[in-house]
Amino acid sequence: MNHQIVGYIAVMAMVTYLIRSLPLVLFRKKITSPFVKSFLYYIPYAVLGAMTIPGIFYSTASVFSATMGLAAAIILSYFNRSLIVVAILSSLTAYIAEVLQNLLL
Amino acid sequence: MTKNFLRKEFFKGFKDGIPIGLGYLSVSFGFGIMAVSSGLSILWTVVISMTNLTSAGQVAGIGVISAGGSYFEMALAQLVINIRYALMSLSLSQKLDERFTLFSRLAVSFGITDEIFAVASGKSDEVSKEYMYGLISLPFVCWSTGTLLGACAGEVLPPMIKAALGIAIYGMFVAIVVPAARRSVEILFVVCVSIMISCVLKYIPLFSFISDGFSIIITTIIAAASGAFFFPVKPGKEDSP
Repeated sequence: MNHQIVGYIAVMAMVTYLIRSLPLVLFRKKITSPFVKSFLYYIPYAVLGAMTIPGIFYSTASVFSATMGLAAAIILSYFNRSLIVVAILSSLTAYIAEVLQNLLL
Repeated sequence: MTKNFLRKEFFKGFKDGIPIGLGYLSVSFGFGIMAVSSGLSILWTVVISMTNLTSAGQVAGIGVISAGGSYFEMALAQLVINIRYALMSLSLSQKLDERFTLFSRLAVSFGITDEIFAVASGKSDEVSKEYMYGLISLPFVCWSTGTLLGACAGEVLPPMIKAALGIAIYGMFVAIVVPAARRSVEILFVVCVSIMISCVLKYIPLFSFISDGFSIIITTIIAAASGAFFFPVKPGKEDSP
């Protein structure tokens, strides 16, 4: 397990570092293609969407508590609460949902 | 270039890094919990944060590790998820002052994240290497420390609290996406496409041979490309995602 995990981390770190360092060291020109620029602009949102749904539903003890936590997160962030507030309150909501679920079932 | 000036530059950067550091402390806390609850030891969890310094890439990396994916899958996932840093790095290369050496370029590039890039590129003048070192140092320390605290908390907390905290890092993802999607219908479109495809790949049995890592790669490429195809970004807007 140990040498395998070192391999995984080495691959992760190397790829990520090369992505960051190569352009800074090698290139001096700017990207002009509107398609490529737009593609790169949208990537963070595409990644976060794909990682959050459906992954979030399996992040707690039950799909029910996760759904409650997700609903809390969407409502709070719609009203522009900060990252930390959203994270804490969606965890708290999930916790309360788990307690309720255990009481009722 | 007096010593005093250089120290001032460093502290200017350090000060600008404080809000970033505070944010990182909490996000990495969530990452630490999530990583140990998917079976990683505290040590390797912290090593990942110290060597990668990126949230989405690390979460996807944990997914690949716990699913026993291949190194190729790991490399491709990191490439697709983190390719945006190449654009930031490219853009930042135009802003570095003439005192930047090859070594300082190599050092500073390690610390390019969404937030650090946003602050550095928001400066009206060129930036010095001392400023960049100052800007990166605190967020790096906070990212590593938060991960350590989260990983330790994940080991000692009762299972029910730990389970509830597993949602924390996803809550932060929601808090990044929702305000952006509210502001921009184009981003909302990309997020909806991305959610739709990732659900299709997850729940339709035909695609069950696709692992979670590859699913994120495929989904990201299709969603971002369809956004770029239908809603090309106007010039000058792409630097402030």
